Amino acid sequence: MATTDLTIPASRGAAPARRRPWGRSVADNVTGWLFVGPATVIVLGLSLFPAGWALLLSFQKWDGFSEAESVGIDNYAKLLTAQDFFDAVGHTGLYTLLFVPASVLLGLFLAVALNRRIRFIGFYRTAIFVPFVASAASTGILTSYLFNPQFGLVNNVLRVLGLPQQGWLEDQGQAMMVIAIMSLWGQAAFTTVIYLAALQDVPMELLEAARLDGATPWQAFWSVVWPQLSPVTVFATIWQTIGAIQLFDLVYTTTRGGPLDATKTIVYYLYEKAFKSLEFGYGSAVAYVLFGATLLITVIVVVYSRRRGIEAF
Amino acid sequence: MTTATSSAKRSRFRLPFSPWHLLLLPVALLFLIPFVQMFLASLAPAKELVTFPPPFIPSTLTLGEPGTLTKSATGYIGLFSDSPILRWLLNSFIVAVTAIASHMVFCSLAGYGFARLKFRGRTFGIFAIIATIMIPIQLLMIPTYILFAQVGLVNGLGAAIVPWLASAFGIFLMRQFFLSLPKELEESGMLDGATRWQVFFRIVLPLAKPALATLAIFTLLGSWNDLVWPLIAINNEDAFTLQLGLANFQGTRRTQWSLLMAGNVVATLPLIIFFLFAQKQFVATMTMTGLRG
Repeated sequence: MATTDLTIPASRGAAPARRRPWGRSVADNVTGWLFVGPATVIVLGLSLFPAGWALLLSFQKWDGFSEAESVGIDNYAKLLTAQDFFDAVGHTGLYTLLFVPASVLLGLFLAVALNRRIRFIGFYRTAIFVPFVASAASTGILTSYLFNPQFGLVNNVLRVLGLPQQGWLEDQGQAMMVIAIMSLWGQAAFTTVIYLAALQDVPMELLEAARLDGATPWQAFWSVVWPQLSPVTVFATIWQTIGAIQLFDLVYTTTRGGPLDATKTIVYYLYEKAFKSLEFGYGSAVAYVLFGATLLITVIVVVYSRRRGIEAF
Repeated sequence: MTTATSSAKRSRFRLPFSPWHLLLLPVALLFLIPFVQMFLASLAPAKELVTFPPPFIPSTLTLGEPGTLTKSATGYIGLFSDSPILRWLLNSFIVAVTAIASHMVFCSLAGYGFARLKFRGRTFGIFAIIATIMIPIQLLMIPTYILFAQVGLVNGLGAAIVPWLASAFGIFLMRQFFLSLPKELEESGMLDGATRWQVFFRIVLPLAKPALATLAIFTLLGSWNDLVWPLIAINNEDAFTLQLGLANFQGTRRTQWSLLMAGNVVATLPLIIFFLFAQKQFVATMTMTGLRG
């Protein structure tokens, strides 16, 4: 009786001492993996494993039913000569050029405008941020209605202003611009918010010093504030570019690639090849080229900004 | 003080309010117009939506009518009677709730493990997870679809749920948060004889509420608004999520604006209301995650 009473506290007290020589590798490893195991298995199982599989697929010809056939680099070679792929690259590039600079500049402009304590500032912020919750499906329906050539609000505004009506999403030359405008509506919040956060970190003494030196607010902004914001500018540019070259959702919910393929982007092309024509191998090759391009652009922008002394990451 | 006096010196014509209002008010209204149009159009008589010039404010407000043999359904009443939208709403709700609950459990456990515990494979594990953040979804769609088809997940709600059980970003977010917590609290807990699990659930997790709120909003927006993955993986109308149903609806009811707008309100209103109540957390989430809608 007396011994058991004694052994319990004794063993508790002895446990850490006994664990040290070999215990870490068993008990600690078990505890550690019980904590991280489930999430690690899910995340790596749904990313590294499929990414490796996609690489294998990109060297095969397979429709999901018949026997997979190894074709070497044929899929990549075919890609280099496919006119419709280069058309898709061109459309994606056009969207990127329309969207990325506009989204960065609009974010900067809105952040500067919103970074002050005036009446109704809460209302202004809410109004500009709330479209961020709109999904692509929702934005797609709104876009189709607002820019409807027959009875849309935008054409009505043009009518009131005495300007000619436009075809918008039904016009080959304008469809991508409309998509870029509505992407801006939904995503201006993001660049605005990160610029706002950065603006609040700009030291006030610097601005005061510039003002004492006789700089106008405009000069003070471009010579004092703007350089301080450059890490955010680099980050926002990379982030928005990656998003822009992966454009799919809003195309699917507005034009489905039309009119006459004018809005068919790289990812839309991938989607059609993989899930409409069931060319899983070719689709995987497109995906790897897209991934490679994304990495390349990121590396170029990071290296370029490092050279100029901007630490964005 | 200084700005008021200096600007008074600069110009003698002073507006009774800040000149920034002249800029911000029109911009704010411009950003609100699509949503305002959506609400008004969802309550307008169907025929007013297909007239030009369109009345921005409907002549009367109506909840619409169910479809008959000669007339197509309109408005909210038509939407609920003629489409499985309630089913889609329920599906999206199930996906979002499961995703949020599962993210909170798995990502906070893993985040804590990677931040605090010492075990073999820890460094490799966290590096592998962070590296996967770079992999775009487009690279994973094809093999994941094939995999899900082979295990029978395709065409059911499970297809939409499984990719949202945990995410590399969620683990990273929680790990960064736990790294920022002072260790002393946990150490005193350990000295009192608590196990790691007790320390985690009783001491650490209650402190993690801000990080968990960020994680929840990130997961909610991502899973609720996801379109491309359900589009690929779910072909069965009963298992559609709201976004997929809406996108599909847009294809089949192309000119029935009254129905589409009502459906759009049903899909967007929950998030708008949630945003209005938790704007601060949403903004914090945006800043930290760079997530996109």
